[in-house]
Amino acid sequence: MGLNIQEIRSDFPVLAEKVYGKPLVYFDNAATTQKPVSVIQAEADVYNHYNSNVHRGVHHLSNVCTQAFEDVRKKVASFIHAASSDEIIFTKGTTDSVNLLAGSLGDTLFSVGDEVILSEMEHHSNIVPWQLLQKRKGIEIKVIPVTDEGELDLDAFEKLFSAKTKLVSVTHISNVLGTINPIEKIIETAHKHGVPVVIDGAQAVHHLPIDVQKLDCDFYVFSGHKMYGPTGVGVLYGKRKWLEIMEPYQGGGEMIDKVSFSGTTFNDIPYKFEAGTPNFAGVIALGAAIDYLQEKGLSKLWEYEHSLFEYAVEKLKTVPNIHFIGKAKARTSVISFLIGTAHPFDVGTLLDKLGFALRTGHHCAQPLMDRFGIPGTVRASFAFYNTKEEIDRLVQALGQIEGMLG
Amino acid sequence: MTINEKQDQIIEEFSAFDDWMDKYSFLIELGNELNVLEEQHRTDQNLIDGCQSKVWLHAELKDGKIEIQGDSDAIIVKGIVALLLRVLSGHTPDEILNTELYFIDKIGLKEHLSPTRSNGLVAMVKQIRAYALAFKVKQG
Repeated sequence: MGLNIQEIRSDFPVLAEKVYGKPLVYFDNAATTQKPVSVIQAEADVYNHYNSNVHRGVHHLSNVCTQAFEDVRKKVASFIHAASSDEIIFTKGTTDSVNLLAGSLGDTLFSVGDEVILSEMEHHSNIVPWQLLQKRKGIEIKVIPVTDEGELDLDAFEKLFSAKTKLVSVTHISNVLGTINPIEKIIETAHKHGVPVVIDGAQAVHHLPIDVQKLDCDFYVFSGHKMYGPTGVGVLYGKRKWLEIMEPYQGGGEMIDKVSFSGTTFNDIPYKFEAGTPNFAGVIALGAAIDYLQEKGLSKLWEYEHSLFEYAVEKLKTVPNIHFIGKAKARTSVISFLIGTAHPFDVGTLLDKLGFALRTGHHCAQPLMDRFGIPGTVRASFAFYNTKEEIDRLVQALGQIEGMLG
Repeated sequence: MTINEKQDQIIEEFSAFDDWMDKYSFLIELGNELNVLEEQHRTDQNLIDGCQSKVWLHAELKDGKIEIQGDSDAIIVKGIVALLLRVLSGHTPDEILNTELYFIDKIGLKEHLSPTRSNGLVAMVKQIRAYALAFKVKQG
């Protein structure tokens, strides 16, 4: 059975909004996705009915809340096929997850002169935490170059390894180019060198089936707000063998076993990495987002999304003077483009006034912009609640804008 | 013409448009008509920070009045630069420092003033005021 897109759209209240009197077309899904009513309701339900600190009290509400919170840990584990829910750590988001890794692995794995391999297409979130570690510990950062097509240069990648390589951290799907990186190959290569791998799954976890055990990645990080869940919640998946030897990143409540001024012992994983009261209401709402996706049928959603993407690629080609940034063979969900010599800011400003929510600029990936020698791009990114009609409207609007700016 | 007379004139011109696209078409036209910034002034020193697009502003004091040149790599922003120069260029430092720029709000471009839009209209106005202040101090 196919998807009833109109029914799906009615689950997302924001999609009914108008901007400047025009129906909103939301094509900024790579920045954040909209939330279905069930997610909004789940978060409200916590505060309306069972708000209570988790893992703290013996009282009824605390038990209910803790149970709901821990159920989501299991749900997330099964969503990405982790071996155990102990390997799921809740964070504030992808950025927080990477910072946790750079902070904790930085102490556990790295000494002066050791190397981390990143790629030229990384989001700043997967660059700057490592640069901070570089400052702190004197590590080196090596960069996998991106080809003209927008793919990672895997031959160059192989050559970056040295005896000092301690970690590889790359994105699964580029937030600018939509490139789906061959992470299986990257992980295999790194493991051949005995090097663990972090995958930034912020743009992938809701677009592709993820099986962290099959992938054999050592860490996989993502955000709740890009997968129809609430903002302020993220996930760090890590293999047990790493999490157990890693030092805690932050100290505080919940992450301890015993505290005294003569020395403190830490709780087991995952709690060792969850200092302070977690965003339990957000986590519980993230569970509702996973339920929503599974209820609708993940493979059906992905199939439809990808058909939208392919339709958009074909239709956008008809816009005069358009040129695309990123033409990887394997890509999905995100299209970056420029119109003639027009500045992306101009295109975005005019699109905004026509009711389109799109992102323009460097997309927090300045090294990639430098690689292509451009100030930025216009980026359309799709979700399963988008329609072909909306893409047709975009094509028409871009035609009008090209006329104005050309 | 005083600064406020120029502001009123611009408000009058923009009142003819009831559609956003017409307004922006006009801004694009103004951007295209803006005098070219002399190459020697297209320097990093004249570049305004905090813009998604690049904006250059150069100011000189001539006969007690500030002559401003500007440019941007985004045409809509260039149109906004043109409006700012039309209002402020050719006035004394005191006139510029004592002016309240109300025309931006009145012609519906207030959103470009919001710091979150990061197109730097705020930064441009600040820079012009900084030039004015510097010249005023220099003049004594």
